[in-house]
Parts: sequence; structure tokens; C-alpha cells
Amino acid sequence: MLVLTRKKEQSIIVNDNIEITILDIQGDQVRIGINAPKNISIYRKEIFVEIQEENKKAAGVKDVDLNELLKPGQK
Amino acid sequence: MLLNTKHFGGIEIDEKGIITFDEGLPGFEVSKKYTILCQTKEESPFRWLQSVDNPDLAFVIVDPFFIRKDYDINIGEEIVSSLGIENEKDIAVYSIVVIPEDATKMSMNLKAPIIINTKSNKGAQVVLDTEKYSVRHYILEELRRQEVAGDACSNKEEGTVNNSK
Repeated sequence: MLVLTRKKEQSIIVNDNIEITILDIQGDQVRIGINAPKNISIYRKEIFVEIQEENKKAAGVKDVDLNELLKPGQK
Repeated sequence: MLLNTKHFGGIEIDEKGIITFDEGLPGFEVSKKYTILCQTKEESPFRWLQSVDNPDLAFVIVDPFFIRKDYDINIGEEIVSSLGIENEKDIAVYSIVVIPEDATKMSMNLKAPIIINTKSNKGAQVVLDTEKYSVRHYILEELRRQEVAGDACSNKEEGTVNNSK
């Protein structure tokens, strides 16, 4: 992993078209601004991992009859 | 085209109904083409999101507004532009459903809905920038919290599929 030290308001440029700026530092929280082309997806990692895991669970679905899912009798 | 699916066997799908997810779905980045199957005859908010590149891959999806009438999403400008959305009417929204062994514990992901431009047939799973919703909302619990009125399987412009099994 490349490690760089930056101060508030300093930036990092990735691949000519992504700019990551340290906007503010308060204790153990850092506010980061990202300028990137629209086709670049940016996620908070823990949320992205959570979504990946839910998608994997969803894909493991067995054969179900969609008509039965909300039938009375199920609670 | 004929698709040999895990859940439905061989089915004929209309190529005009194929939806392209340029980035795939998180965890399934390689599969980019899907079609929506309407298995239900009666009114139901559920559909299948069937992968076209990987016939073994399919998700149950649900109309989130059927389960949560107050579901409130804000689609960012970058999504509007990457999906080429010109008109609000062209937007279809679904949530991916997890159905565990005990189906009463099925849940839907309101944090990251599937957004589809039904005009251009482009789609994406979008992460909402809000703390209001999580990846796991228990559907039956949500339903118990509100009275639900009907929604029909046939009222949306979706890829039509004839099950020729």
C-alpha cells in the first residue's frame, strides 16, 4: 500500500482524473472530498461490503413461488 | 433468445427486454445483462431479476413502494446522467430480496435499490446517501406496520418473457 501524509486542504491526484482532498480533520474524523468522473463508483467500504454480502445471500435463493411469499398463513 | 436458467429451465426471452448494468451488481460485477421475469399470475410486488450472461444467477426483487409506501429516495445527478434518465416516468425501482430458509424472515435492501431506466434499459444498483435505510428490512415486519393496497404484475413496462418450459 502506498502511504502518503497530507495536511488539511491538500490533495492527491489519481490517474489524472480523480482528485481526493482532505477537507477537514477533527479528532479521529477526516472529511474527504472526491472529484472523479461520473462513471467512477465511490462507496464507503463497510457499506459496499455489506451490500456485496446481501447480494450474495440473495443470489443463493432456492426455488420459491413468488405467489406464495405473501400468502396468509405466513407470519 | 433461449436462456437455460437454473430456476425456470429453458425460457425464451425477448432481447428488447434485456437491461444492461454497466457495472454489474456489487459481488457480481461480471454479469452485466439481466431481464425481469414476472412469474406471478395474480397481483404481486415480486419479480425475478434473471441474469442473461449467467443463467444460474437470479435474484428475487420487490417493488419497495409496495412494502414501504413512505420509501423516499433521492437519485443523484450522476446516476441520472449515467443511466441517461430524461423523464421521471421512465424510472423503475426495485429492492433485492434475501429469502432465507425461514421465508418469514425475508428481507429487502432499501439502502441500495436497483434503479432502471425503462426507456434505455440501463440499470444500476445505487447506494443511497442516507442513514434512513439499511440493507436489511424485514418484509413481513414492514408490512405489518402498514396496510397495503394492491399493485399489479402487469402494470409496468418491463421486459416481457414467455415461459416456454
